[in-house]
Amino acid sequence: MSLPLQLRKISDTIWELPVTYKDGMLVPARIIASDSLIGGMEAGVFDQAANVACLPGILNYSYCMPDGHWGYGFPIGGVAAFDPATGVISPGGIGFDINCGMRLCLTTLTEEEVRPRIRELVDQLFFAIPTGVGCTGFVRCSRSKFRRVIENGSRWCLENGLALPEDLEMTEEGGCFEGADADACSEKAIERGYDQIGTLGSGNHYCEIQVARSENIFDEATARAFGITIPNQVVIMFHCGSRGFGHQVASDYLQSFLKVMTTKYGIKLHDRELACAPFRSPEGQAYFAAMKCAANMGFANRQVILHRIREVFSRVFSRSPEDLGMRVVYDVAHNTAKLEKHLIDGEQREVLVHRKGATRSFGPGMPGLPDCYRETGQPVIIGGSMETGSYLLAGMASAAPTFYTTAHGSGRTMSRHQAKKMVQGRKLLDDMEHRGIHVRTASYGGLAEEAGLAYKDIDVVALATEEAGLSRRVVKLVPIGNIKG
Amino acid sequence: MPFRFLEEIATADVAFKAWGNSQEELFISCAAALMRTMAEAPDQVVRRQEISIRLEHEELDLLLFSFLQELIFFKDARRLLLHADKVVIEEHDGIFILNAIVSGEQIDGGKHHLLIDVKAVTLHRFQVLYKGNVWKAVVVLDV
Repeated sequence: MSLPLQLRKISDTIWELPVTYKDGMLVPARIIASDSLIGGMEAGVFDQAANVACLPGILNYSYCMPDGHWGYGFPIGGVAAFDPATGVISPGGIGFDINCGMRLCLTTLTEEEVRPRIRELVDQLFFAIPTGVGCTGFVRCSRSKFRRVIENGSRWCLENGLALPEDLEMTEEGGCFEGADADACSEKAIERGYDQIGTLGSGNHYCEIQVARSENIFDEATARAFGITIPNQVVIMFHCGSRGFGHQVASDYLQSFLKVMTTKYGIKLHDRELACAPFRSPEGQAYFAAMKCAANMGFANRQVILHRIREVFSRVFSRSPEDLGMRVVYDVAHNTAKLEKHLIDGEQREVLVHRKGATRSFGPGMPGLPDCYRETGQPVIIGGSMETGSYLLAGMASAAPTFYTTAHGSGRTMSRHQAKKMVQGRKLLDDMEHRGIHVRTASYGGLAEEAGLAYKDIDVVALATEEAGLSRRVVKLVPIGNIKG
Repeated sequence: MPFRFLEEIATADVAFKAWGNSQEELFISCAAALMRTMAEAPDQVVRRQEISIRLEHEELDLLLFSFLQELIFFKDARRLLLHADKVVIEEHDGIFILNAIVSGEQIDGGKHHLLIDVKAVTLHRFQVLYKGNVWKAVVVLDV
């Protein structure tokens, strides 16, 4: 892969495209990557990071994280902050799956205790958490009740016996984006998603039973603070978002922004997928309020899934979830836009941070973190491919330049069709079984598309985030059971 | 088939090129590609239920965008996989008007060999053009 000629290496992990790279760039674009990762990035990443740098009101730099790859609008891994007074909000900077995110739940079980029951656990999880195309959830919800869900997120789950108070404390924003307004969402969006609470979806969404082995612990003290205290401790990680509701909110506003962007606001862009509106405009504020509803659906969805996971473990081990130590380590989003305070030109200012396939990574002592993580920094969850494992990391003070943001996954390197040509789903399932990973899937084809060979090396990505000072590795978690859509 | 999946323009998502001798045929081809993205056996989707769709847009490409988006909506809201049976596109005073009849049945994993859920149609590289007497489109789906 040849790199753009104008790409300059600023440090071991920072690469910069100057404003002269493309007409209309207002700030330089910075790609955070090690030498080996930058070489593997597609041309589209540089092009898209440069397009983002052209958006009105962008501050400092258009960033791309080490797991960055070619997306639509922003690259996946794209991060940009905007001046709320002069800048824009763009659905293409958040993604269609608003508040797609990761949640990690502890148990006090060990691998030795879980291995003999893994088949039963995975099978029961597969039935308890609907997966795949068009799946619907077990929560019976009317359209009017759903409006309360999307305005209250995990708080609705708490009121309805589907959450514990401490679950909300261990969720970004307490599991609810303030200012969500259901009236900003179309009836279509509500109809599309009201019966999908507690569903996983498909693609790269999964629920995994993982093990924290002693040899994979990088920082014992922080691991302990995050609740990893037993050798070969079993944890549950899952990845999903706001389902059809969030997808429809993004699609609705993409279309409505296209209508006004140029005619009403005079904004011209390189890529229609970056359709945007001034943040303070009526259209921008309506999208922000609707996006918050979708973010709340994402939190509620993951909370209900956790409730189901607790039920399954409790049933299989005939012990209560409390007795099994099923506490949430953290729930963190990787597709959002949020107003946050950051240092801009030496001054603390409120800015609108877009993170698309990028994880918030607050350092120690920052406001908004639960008290128990004040010294460690925020738990960061980076999901790898289902074959290779995932990482629990900690946020760092040195992540300030990227608006306290780090990577979100390993990042694809191979198209879905190519992966399917190279891997047979059924055979992959058998191979993984031999390697001690029991898998249930709604689709063998979908499974093949998610094979480990289609992704960057998660170890390299996690290390790059540490070298760049974005997040530090605490423990690598390896899978022993997986359900996917 | 009047469509082909593209490898080179969407690493994490699904891209396809579709074609037809008319605008209507192109729209039908794109609907077929969308269904093939979600189900390996579209021919197993029986036409049990029929739905009429009416849409309009000033731009032909965004009319296609809305049409595909409508089919994605029905996939989640009614759990339906839908064939585009009949599409009529007319232009009046600079507005393209689509009237379509789509039909299909409820999603059945056992029968339809489901592949991957489609979240949305993106505008990334999205294109409709008329070249060499053929209508062509490039579509990237977020999955």
